[in-house]
Amino acid sequence: MESEETAGAVGRCVGPDGGAIGMPQLCFDWFPNQIFWLIVALGAIYLILTRVALPRIEAVIAERNGAITNDIAAAEELKLKAAEAERAYERALADARAEAQKIGAETRAEIDAEVATATEKAEAEIAARTAESQKRIGEIRDTAVQNVEAVAKDVAAEIVASLGSRADPAAVEKAVARHMTGDAP
Amino acid sequence: MADEATGGGFSIYPMDQFIVKPLFGGDVVHWYTPTNVTLWMALGVAGIALLMVAGSSARAVIPSRGQSMAELTYGFIHKMVEDVAGRDGLKYFPYIMTLFLFILFGNMLGLVPTAFTTTSHIAVTAVMALAVFVTVTAIGFVKNGKDFLSLFWVESAPLVLRPVLAVIELISYFVRPVSHSVRLAGAITAGHAVMKVFAGFAAAAAIAPLAIGGMVAIYALELLVAFIQAYVFTILTCVYLRDALHPHH
Repeated sequence: MESEETAGAVGRCVGPDGGAIGMPQLCFDWFPNQIFWLIVALGAIYLILTRVALPRIEAVIAERNGAITNDIAAAEELKLKAAEAERAYERALADARAEAQKIGAETRAEIDAEVATATEKAEAEIAARTAESQKRIGEIRDTAVQNVEAVAKDVAAEIVASLGSRADPAAVEKAVARHMTGDAP
Repeated sequence: MADEATGGGFSIYPMDQFIVKPLFGGDVVHWYTPTNVTLWMALGVAGIALLMVAGSSARAVIPSRGQSMAELTYGFIHKMVEDVAGRDGLKYFPYIMTLFLFILFGNMLGLVPTAFTTTSHIAVTAVMALAVFVTVTAIGFVKNGKDFLSLFWVESAPLVLRPVLAVIELISYFVRPVSHSVRLAGAITAGHAVMKVFAGFAAAAAIAPLAIGGMVAIYALELLVAFIQAYVFTILTCVYLRDALHPHH
């Protein structure tokens, strides 16, 4: 048990046994102390925040946002470049395909032309040979006709002679010639 | 109070934890005496310095965990001020940040067993609430002049009702610092007192498991309350600031 004097010094808010009397929150004896230290604490926090913490965090966040913006811009640029490269590739591919088709078409045309000239030449040769052959066939036929005429005359003269009469060569010739031309009697 | 509580065989003194004691002996609490208030506010300041200064000291573009926490706290309050009070409210962001961090650390450190909870005292919360009230009212008149009074003159209401509404608005305006401070101190005091009561019941073996289980549950709830009350105090400050900056409804 504390002395009466100490208990009195403890005051209206704390009992002699050290326990609270009523709500310590409503003990006005302690208000000045709490308010003083509150102001000190708030002042200290304010100074810490405004002098050091907030500018630093602000700067870091701004720096990060800048870095992110830059990276996004760089990525955008690279994306554009990639698209450009893809377009160039597509263009090159299309060009190559067109070139290939052109070369194919040219080659085909060349071959066609060659084939056409060769065919023409061959046809001309065939025509020439046909003409020659026909000429020769005509010749052969003419000689054959002549031979037939000669044989026919001879045969006719022989037949007339074997029939016992004398053949008149002129008449025989005339008769054979008449038969040869198809003027049958 | 002590005599009443010891009646049932329990020694439950739920309010003793709120007593202000001088740190270095003596009984008289002068305004300058270093007390447990000083100690726990200093610990709060140290905690804030640890979080906001030591945490961000690396200034890394890719933040460490500590820096992430500092940045999250910064972003949380910065966004709140911008969203609620508007862009022109950002000028007052350091003050609001100071209040938020002080209350948050006061509440959280108060949950350390045997700690003294600075924010459970109406003296502390009332000073902060009054500071907000006076500052915000001053800002309102400085920024808007007589226009600030349009906060009480509800243009959208019928003319007949406007004087009545003006009286109601005026009363509610002046009640603001009271509710603002009592909400915080009351919530914290009640939580701590309830925890003490549960702790006192734990002395009886028969109900000890229930009491301890209850204490754990209340402690978890108080962690939530500690954050939410800091958040509520801060967001209400932002709301009052918005009213001062843009008094038109």
